[in-house]
Amino acid sequence: MRIVVLTKPVPDPASGQDRLGPDWRVDRAAAPAVLNGNDEYALEAALRLVEAHGGEITLLAMAPPSAPETLRKGLAMGADRAVLVTDPALAGSDIPSTVAVLAAALRDLEADLVLAGIDTSDGFAGVVPAALATTLRLPLLSNAAAIEPDPAAGRVRVRRIVQGGYDVLEAPLPALVSCTQALGAPRYPSLKGIMAARSKEIAVRSLADLGPLPRPVGGAVAETVVVAVDPPPPRGATRTVRAPAAEAAREIAEFLAARRLLP
Amino acid sequence: MSGRLVVVGELADGRPTRLTTEVATLGRRVAEDLGRPAVGILVGPDAAAAAETLAGFLPEVVAVDVPELVDLAPAPRVAAEVATLVVPEDGPILVGASPDGRDVAGALAVLLDRAVLANAVDVEVGPEGPTTVTPIFGGKSIVRSRFVGRPGIITVRPSSVDAAPAPAAGRIVGRAPAAASGGPTVRRLERVVEASGEIPLEEAPVVVVGGRGVGGPEGFALLQELAALLGGTVGATRAAVDAGWIPYARQIGQTGKVVRPRLYLGLGVSGAIQHKVGMQTAETIVAVNRDPDAPLSEYADLYVVGDLFEVGRALVAELRGRREGGGG
Repeated sequence: MRIVVLTKPVPDPASGQDRLGPDWRVDRAAAPAVLNGNDEYALEAALRLVEAHGGEITLLAMAPPSAPETLRKGLAMGADRAVLVTDPALAGSDIPSTVAVLAAALRDLEADLVLAGIDTSDGFAGVVPAALATTLRLPLLSNAAAIEPDPAAGRVRVRRIVQGGYDVLEAPLPALVSCTQALGAPRYPSLKGIMAARSKEIAVRSLADLGPLPRPVGGAVAETVVVAVDPPPPRGATRTVRAPAAEAAREIAEFLAARRLLP
Repeated sequence: MSGRLVVVGELADGRPTRLTTEVATLGRRVAEDLGRPAVGILVGPDAAAAAETLAGFLPEVVAVDVPELVDLAPAPRVAAEVATLVVPEDGPILVGASPDGRDVAGALAVLLDRAVLANAVDVEVGPEGPTTVTPIFGGKSIVRSRFVGRPGIITVRPSSVDAAPAPAAGRIVGRAPAAASGGPTVRRLERVVEASGEIPLEEAPVVVVGGRGVGGPEGFALLQELAALLGGTVGATRAAVDAGWIPYARQIGQTGKVVRPRLYLGLGVSGAIQHKVGMQTAETIVAVNRDPDAPLSEYADLYVVGDLFEVGRALVAELRGRREGGGG
């Protein structure tokens, strides 16, 4: 099976330093970039599928030219190669541009299965998987907690998380699956994996390399614009309580009652 | 004719979801500010019946009954039907940011070739049209964005708006399905119900959250009891989910759900950044933790230093006492 995992380098949420710069774009100098958390779950799922069914994994990212450092971690986890689409004209791309570029890059990769995280920790939009599936006319199996492909029969089953339970979905391959943490914790790269990753290929492609696209793309044609960035309204000061349990419980109840939070 | 503001609804068990009524309430207000008519669209196996409820929130609801959606993953077909009903002058198009709503919004963005502003908690209307208000990086910044040119698709976060019915019920227009069903088909073979009747985490007004300190699955029984007394539901940190004490669907944080309840009550939760991004916009944050210096001690409204089980049990007794005492 040929699996492509969509990966987005994002500012490390754990750094606490992720922010927008004065140009209102992500300040890439402020926080180190990491693979988006949900994309790591997608990659882990891909690694397990290849272990069970054979095949190879390609990482695909549309990101700034510094992305290879971040993609290297995915290669160290076990992906076979990476394709990075990077072009100065793509800075400030909106969602339709991003989708058009990723779709063009995906067409060349002829994947049986495309995996993506359900959303990214920077934007949280979570609309790119469905937009990509629609563009490429691939079946979309979203919010996956388990993925069971049957390559011989040319189909895939997915356990999709829904409110209060799950659906079992089935679609023909090739298909696009958006992945959740329920698929299982991503592995840490082994020392051997880290060494091997150094010689794995990261193919860097510009917009021109992708050939003609069905629509203009990039920051210059973005149809959304940021008009203001503000700090959140400040929370009030914290009231700290150190008291025996019964007294502390009474304090909590009174605090909640004063804020009309008791039913 | 000027275009309409469109609200795309979502159905669950034959009824519009609560998020749908929230989005409809927001859409009604934004449409008024824009001077545009608002219309809701419902697509599903029993859309006509569900439209009665949604018509309580919007002046017009178009219902498209698609019986075969019972056996299909709904989003692609919902988006395809909505796309046949939207004309170029229409916009913005509001969709709830639920899992299905995100899928519908993504598909619609392509079918209608419209831009997307995601995760709005509010929409303001100025001289340049609708402006979305969206917390990013887990609430560290509030970004205001607008469309360049024609208005596109806005996804709206759950629990951002209080649902309020319109003064008068709207009219319902039934439409036959019109989308070509040429797209790839995803069949639903089975629906497995694990926890029926549970309030969705994103919709709960009160969320009682357990972390590593809860110590095991049995510890969550106390949280369930508190949640029941407070009229809410139970959530968890990634540590508690990874330990297998509670399902992933209950996880709040970076790779889980983002919640915005009226009350967040954390027990044995340290409140590290990966969790904070999922809950820091809660209206009121109360925490109980043995560690006086946990991150939550810096952004909770009320922080109790103590054992979560001792304080939790005492709180159960206190809340029960108040209830029996006629509300204290």
